[in-house]
Amino acid sequence: MTTDLQTRTATAVFTGIGVTAPNGLGTEAWWRATLAGESGIRPVSRFDASGYPARLAGEVPGFEAADHIPSRLLPATDHMTRLALTAAKEAVEDSGADPAELPPHSAGVVTAASAGGFEYGQRELQALWGKGGQYVSAYQSYAWFYAVNTGQISIRHGLKGPSGVLVTEQAGGLDAVAQARRQLRKGSKLIVTGGVDGAICPWGWTAQLAGGRMTSVEDPARAYLPFAAEASGHVAGEGGAILVLEDAEAARARGARVYGRLAGYAATFDPAPGRGGEPGLRRAAELALDEASLAPSAVDVVFADAAGVPELDRQEADALTALFGPRGVPVTAPKTMTGRLNAGAASLDLAAALLSVRDAVIPPTVNVTAPAEGYALDLVTEARRGPVRTALVLARGRGGFNAAAVVTADD
Amino acid sequence: MNLKELTTLLRDCAGVDEGVDLDGDVLDVPFDELGYDSLAVLQVTGVIERDYKIQLSDDTVAEATTPRLLLEFINEQLGAAPVANAA
Repeated sequence: MTTDLQTRTATAVFTGIGVTAPNGLGTEAWWRATLAGESGIRPVSRFDASGYPARLAGEVPGFEAADHIPSRLLPATDHMTRLALTAAKEAVEDSGADPAELPPHSAGVVTAASAGGFEYGQRELQALWGKGGQYVSAYQSYAWFYAVNTGQISIRHGLKGPSGVLVTEQAGGLDAVAQARRQLRKGSKLIVTGGVDGAICPWGWTAQLAGGRMTSVEDPARAYLPFAAEASGHVAGEGGAILVLEDAEAARARGARVYGRLAGYAATFDPAPGRGGEPGLRRAAELALDEASLAPSAVDVVFADAAGVPELDRQEADALTALFGPRGVPVTAPKTMTGRLNAGAASLDLAAALLSVRDAVIPPTVNVTAPAEGYALDLVTEARRGPVRTALVLARGRGGFNAAAVVTADD
Repeated sequence: MNLKELTTLLRDCAGVDEGVDLDGDVLDVPFDELGYDSLAVLQVTGVIERDYKIQLSDDTVAEATTPRLLLEFINEQLGAAPVANAA
């Protein structure tokens, strides 16, 4: 029986992409900006950050909620949920699938999250403390909740099949997609997946600052410099990508346009703090390539996690060198144009990987002119043309989560 | 409180579903047909309790399934005349 299940759904393919990113609202706007090296990192505008040690952010430009979100949902949704709903609508429409035409309960939603609707939650908690319980919205009951994007996407698109939410910080954008694939292997036909995240508000800022990895550099062009000698931490951003993942046979049967396959995936944990030993990132990448039955030499580009913290950059550079050899593979970090998007980051990198395959081009890492001495990386600092058949996406979540996904052309 | 005041509050607190005309003859249309779930009704009754300084019973949301029924609960607490239609 297990064999039947595996042969029936051995392949999961991506058929839809929706993006809300700091350097572009909508897939094509974001992709154009990304290939042109246009950054969305600017001084924080969603709140007055002048009293905080980190004053830059990647904010989605030109997003007028009322233009994208039905009025019934406006009082009930945090900003990041509105971004997620906007990306999900774009992804579903892009896929050409009509969930209503699928067998009942065969389409679901699995997204990644980190904090839920922090901005909404902060406002309602301030109302509670400042004015009293009668001033707290009834919608606070779920608007702040980390599973809210999955629920709202499910309701809006009538996706009544399996659903879930993954919380593994920055690794979540890959882990959610892998969970979506598990649901396809169990018999679902289509899962809306990925991650859109954001907590650019005083509460979210305080929580992220406590992590100690945000840069205090104020020049947007010098703030987030992964793999550079001047790496000083990261800039936080909002947004991400929602993707439609389908059973390959189901996608073929309805004549869907396919961006690429999810050919391999693995997750590992780092050794417990103080234990020593090699971090788990290399092993995650190896396991993902093994599952895809591909040798490292088959990889055309790596989308790096790119922490921007020297020790973490060193670990990632070491893992890449161990796997591919010195300067053995093109490495890029388009997230230098968006900041780190928590649960949205790796899904956006998956979207970039799929479009790299489509357009035969690797998007650049910006602001980093060359990797620091000692990192033997072929860092792509200007868009690089050439066929891309296989991409490896890496992501690390705070707390020891590692995830790797292999995306390949579908032929 | 009349229907127009109630629909204004609904619009402010919970928005309006596409395809619903709240200015139409909705006095006896069930809230779920108007696109309002129980949480939306809870939100609007909470705001009314707060701003009109009245207390509605805990069963109001479950029992007040139409604008007419909700207005009856509200106006009873306000000590006002029974429901008049929209002005």
